[in-house]
Amino acid sequence: MTVYFLCAVLLMMGLYCLVAKKNIVKKVIGIVIMDYAVNLYLIIIGYKHGGLAPIVEPGMNAQTLGRFVDPLPQALVLTSIVIGLGVLSLMVAMCIRMYEKHGTFDMSQISKLRG
Amino acid sequence: MENITPQLYTLLVFMVVGSIVAIETRNLLSAVISVSAVGFALSIAFLFLGAPDIAITQLVVEVLVLIILIRGTILIDNTAIETHRDTLAVVTSLILFGLLLGFGAMIFGSSGFPEFGEPLMRVSRVYVQTGMPSTYAANLVTAIILDFRAYDTLGEVAVLFTSILGALALLRKDGKVAREEVVSA
Amino acid sequence: MKGMTLIVRTITDFVVAFIVVFGAYIVLYGHLTPGGGFAGGVIIACAFILLMLAQGKEVAFSRFGEKTAHVLDSTGALVFLAIGGVGLTAGFFFKNVFGRGEPFRLLSSGMILPANIAIAFKVVGSLYLVFTALAIFRRRSFRSMIEDELT
Repeated sequence: MTVYFLCAVLLMMGLYCLVAKKNIVKKVIGIVIMDYAVNLYLIIIGYKHGGLAPIVEPGMNAQTLGRFVDPLPQALVLTSIVIGLGVLSLMVAMCIRMYEKHGTFDMSQISKLRG
Repeated sequence: MENITPQLYTLLVFMVVGSIVAIETRNLLSAVISVSAVGFALSIAFLFLGAPDIAITQLVVEVLVLIILIRGTILIDNTAIETHRDTLAVVTSLILFGLLLGFGAMIFGSSGFPEFGEPLMRVSRVYVQTGMPSTYAANLVTAIILDFRAYDTLGEVAVLFTSILGALALLRKDGKVAREEVVSA
Repeated sequence: MKGMTLIVRTITDFVVAFIVVFGAYIVLYGHLTPGGGFAGGVIIACAFILLMLAQGKEVAFSRFGEKTAHVLDSTGALVFLAIGGVGLTAGFFFKNVFGRGEPFRLLSSGMILPANIAIAFKVVGSLYLVFTALAIFRRRSFRSMIEDELT
């Protein structure tokens, strides 16, 4: 259970960074940390004690197959990681545009300028 | 395989400490490098947890995240934002997240949530037993993402396409000028 | 963007081909060993990004142009969709109608191998594109860069 708790701590730290920080790049970093926490949590749910990586080799019987870790969360996380990269590039593009328009990364300054 | 819990705890504590450094440091470059260290530790944790596919992908993606963050943002402006810290907001959010964490621990601790190391595997049992005979793909993760659940991958490709398209449209510079010329003409 | 020093450029010229070959191996053997279209695609994209960082954008664009990346990006997505559509002829979307071959061989497991290759093309094209846009954005605008590339 402590492992799940540490994952939740990581998620909450990302959320705190997203909410409380003024710098836009810090907010992006908070989203990245939340992404890591969720991926790690999903993989930990599928882990089995003494588990093997889900790759079949020649000559494996049904009992060896029963020792595999859960491959379904791994498949979901594999897509999630690449989507995270795409979303990160979109966020960085937004940051650059904001900097070009307002001349600063400071969120409070930007909201002051917009009124 | 032996018990992996000590290694996992070490990596998790390292990740938490790295995240604290990444969040609280003033210099943006050290923040980006700290978050990248957290990502590499995550890759090692995946390797311990029996997921070599994810470990490879996370390792390579982490390099790209570092390059994109540095080139995209740090090279533009690296000045620390020296405004006064809003103490009330910080304390309030910390208390709120602590309460959220406590309630989450209570809910997960009381219900029938699976313990660490004993997954449910109701759906995956079918995939593990029939994956190799029905697809002849030795890597079961690939068999799932490209055969059993190819719809998910199609959606993933669509999301990646859209996000990259959005980034390109945001970074393109003279599209707006061309449209104004059309309107004025 | 200017290139780096002579040592870095020489080593990069030597290493990029090996990285691309390694990425292609990861993609092609994705159904037998750890890896697959996503990881291999990101590795190949990293090779060309290394070329661009070390040697400057002219050399990188002469090897792998902007328009090629656009074409790869769109083609990969379309080919993946078409592979799903082929399954419609035999029943349902994404049905594995290709021959399964023998187990533990390269040419086995039906549509998984072409789908891996299509996804790898898509990932290579899109990541290379977004990196060029992010890196060169400040110097010149994106559209004029493509027009120079075409002429």
